[in-house]
Amino acid sequence: MKRTLIKNCRIVSPECSVKSLNSLLIINGKIADVGDINVECDEIFDAEGNYLLPGLIDMNCKICEDGYESKDNLKIVSLSASAGGFTSLAVTPDSQPVIDNKTVVDYVIQRAKAESEVNIYPCGSITKGCNGRDVAEMGKMISKGIAALSDNGGKIEKASVLRDVLMYSKMFDVTVISGGLDESLSGGKVVNEGIISTKLGLSGSPREAEEIIVARNLVLGRYTGARLHIPTLTTEFSVELVEKSKGNKENITAGTCPHYFTLTEEETEGYNTYAKVNPPLRTKADAEAIKKGIYNGTIDTIASGHTPASIHRKQVEFDTAACGISSLETAFAVSFTALCNESFTVSDLVEKMAENPAKILNLKNKGAIKKGYDADLIIADLDNEYTIRGSEFYSKAKYTPYEGKKVKGKIIKTFVNGKKIFG
Amino acid sequence: MNFKRKDFIGLMDLSAKEISDILETAETMKVVLNQKNKKAPYLQGKSVILLFYEKSTRAKLSYELAAQYLSANCVEITVADPKSETLFEMGRTIEQMGGDFIILRNPYSGSAGYLAGKVKASVINAGDGLNENPTQALLDLLTIKELKGGFKGLKVAICGDVAGSRVTRSNIWGLTKLGAEVRIAAPPTMIPNKIEEFNVKVFYDIKKACKDVDVIMCLNLQSEDSYGSKLASFDEYKDFFKLDSAVISNAKEDVIVMHPGAPNRKYEISSELVDSDKCIIDDQITNGVAVRMAILYLLSLGKGLVV
Repeated sequence: MKRTLIKNCRIVSPECSVKSLNSLLIINGKIADVGDINVECDEIFDAEGNYLLPGLIDMNCKICEDGYESKDNLKIVSLSASAGGFTSLAVTPDSQPVIDNKTVVDYVIQRAKAESEVNIYPCGSITKGCNGRDVAEMGKMISKGIAALSDNGGKIEKASVLRDVLMYSKMFDVTVISGGLDESLSGGKVVNEGIISTKLGLSGSPREAEEIIVARNLVLGRYTGARLHIPTLTTEFSVELVEKSKGNKENITAGTCPHYFTLTEEETEGYNTYAKVNPPLRTKADAEAIKKGIYNGTIDTIASGHTPASIHRKQVEFDTAACGISSLETAFAVSFTALCNESFTVSDLVEKMAENPAKILNLKNKGAIKKGYDADLIIADLDNEYTIRGSEFYSKAKYTPYEGKKVKGKIIKTFVNGKKIFG
Repeated sequence: MNFKRKDFIGLMDLSAKEISDILETAETMKVVLNQKNKKAPYLQGKSVILLFYEKSTRAKLSYELAAQYLSANCVEITVADPKSETLFEMGRTIEQMGGDFIILRNPYSGSAGYLAGKVKASVINAGDGLNENPTQALLDLLTIKELKGGFKGLKVAICGDVAGSRVTRSNIWGLTKLGAEVRIAAPPTMIPNKIEEFNVKVFYDIKKACKDVDVIMCLNLQSEDSYGSKLASFDEYKDFFKLDSAVISNAKEDVIVMHPGAPNRKYEISSELVDSDKCIIDDQITNGVAVRMAILYLLSLGKGLVV
């Protein structure tokens, strides 16, 4: 029996108060006790008064195995995640190969065991080859252990297909993650349509492209009663739509990413390709509405949105530059700095970045610090400012639109199943 | 005159003073153009490279003559496929071969600024995507200045496919900076989003837009197919937006009518107008060469090339 003790920490947990310094005991990778603990241990970590939080769970992370050497593979993504405080990642299905059948699910799980220190949960593609039309063998993939179904990389154009998928999913108690933009409006467009697209002469993707899909998916979610998660809200009206349709319906959840409430389209001034993401950054009013949605519970999850396009695909003309952001290592600190105050505490943030994702992805014994739960934990310094530097990232994508920004919430140590993997 | 820039990327970045300085210099260059011996030594021993990623006939000719009148060595290359020869690689290649000026036309917005940041040579934007075509706008400005004396309080109506015109964007930045009132008239599908935030009045009715204006700029239409659902047909467009004597009758008595060249007499502007003395396309063409000479000259000052 291996015993590990983390002492002198402010534990963010329903089982004790952050106001006093406590200890947490891990036995065989599980949380055994919290509080004032005095037992013999094999290993002791002193948190030096910092906060101890449940490891973060990313709903929406892109890895690029095989074939994309310059992008982040499992090993790199695992390192990058652990440095950013993420102990579990739900990875999008649009990797190479596409996660659309049980063999690839198996393969990714096996590879993850060998290469990754953080937990990797593949999401299965709803359609074959992410083609958006032909439904994949969802049941077989669920049996092999996917965390959710996702249309990331293979947008479903026809409402009838999504409706069937939602209906079919009900026999598995699995979440269907479906979002995206209406291609006919957003195809080939590179920034938000508005004052900046006009100023820079760039093709603008109108907000309608997102809101139409959000509205359609909400309607289908409402009548099928299936578990539907809309992964990335970026506009004011998207938040309103979700708020309106959620009501007391627990089957519908929604998420966003830190850049959609901390950055605006103005970041793309000067043709800054580091701020080119999909969906595009919106306006200040949108960012404020997203924040409000997080505060009032309309938005359940904050995912990293990590899509690490390599730097040589960013240092080109704006139109040809890849969309993407290297955000596993900034997501927590950026969110903490932007959101947390007296009425929205770090415990509320943990709900959005660990607890709710665990529920949506059916991850048992994860997402909170409770006795018997897996000892996926992070120690974070929430008091001292530090400066974000892309060059210090573990991700191969060593750039960030947050370059030089001062934030709080540095991750000091990360544990998975009681084993220290970072710090 | 104090022109210290390495590159000439757009009118968005320039001050009103800088634009006025360029126009003054262009007036001097016109003197050179009107001489018997059209040669000035300002760029002797310098190389000017025209790097075009899009088809062009008249603009290329205008730049090439401008460079030659200033005694530069001038070479032009046209790259058919931007993916086969990337801008970055071409820029480096030109630099290694001793290019002093790169005149770039490229389908991507922001590409001229991008190239300028990558090479030591001076970059002149000859049109980048839908962003700007600043020398084309300067020649319009020079023509207006010559015929109207100045810009303060001048009313200018720009009619046609505004969203598809990079020249218009340059013109809007330039005209508003110099104190003119800018109106645009087009179907709503051809107007850039939130353009009114840039001090521009938007009209869907060309007659109203042209009421009491001093200057009318008529824009080119692209190919009919390219508009998709934005426009049913050119035949319908002409019913609402073709510039003719009826529209002009609303404008000031001494209104001038401008066009970027190769006017489409069937859909854009009536033959009667094109052939009238109100239409000043010829002045625009001459001024194009003068303005391009001025830019080359001023950039050479900024680099300390000329004493």
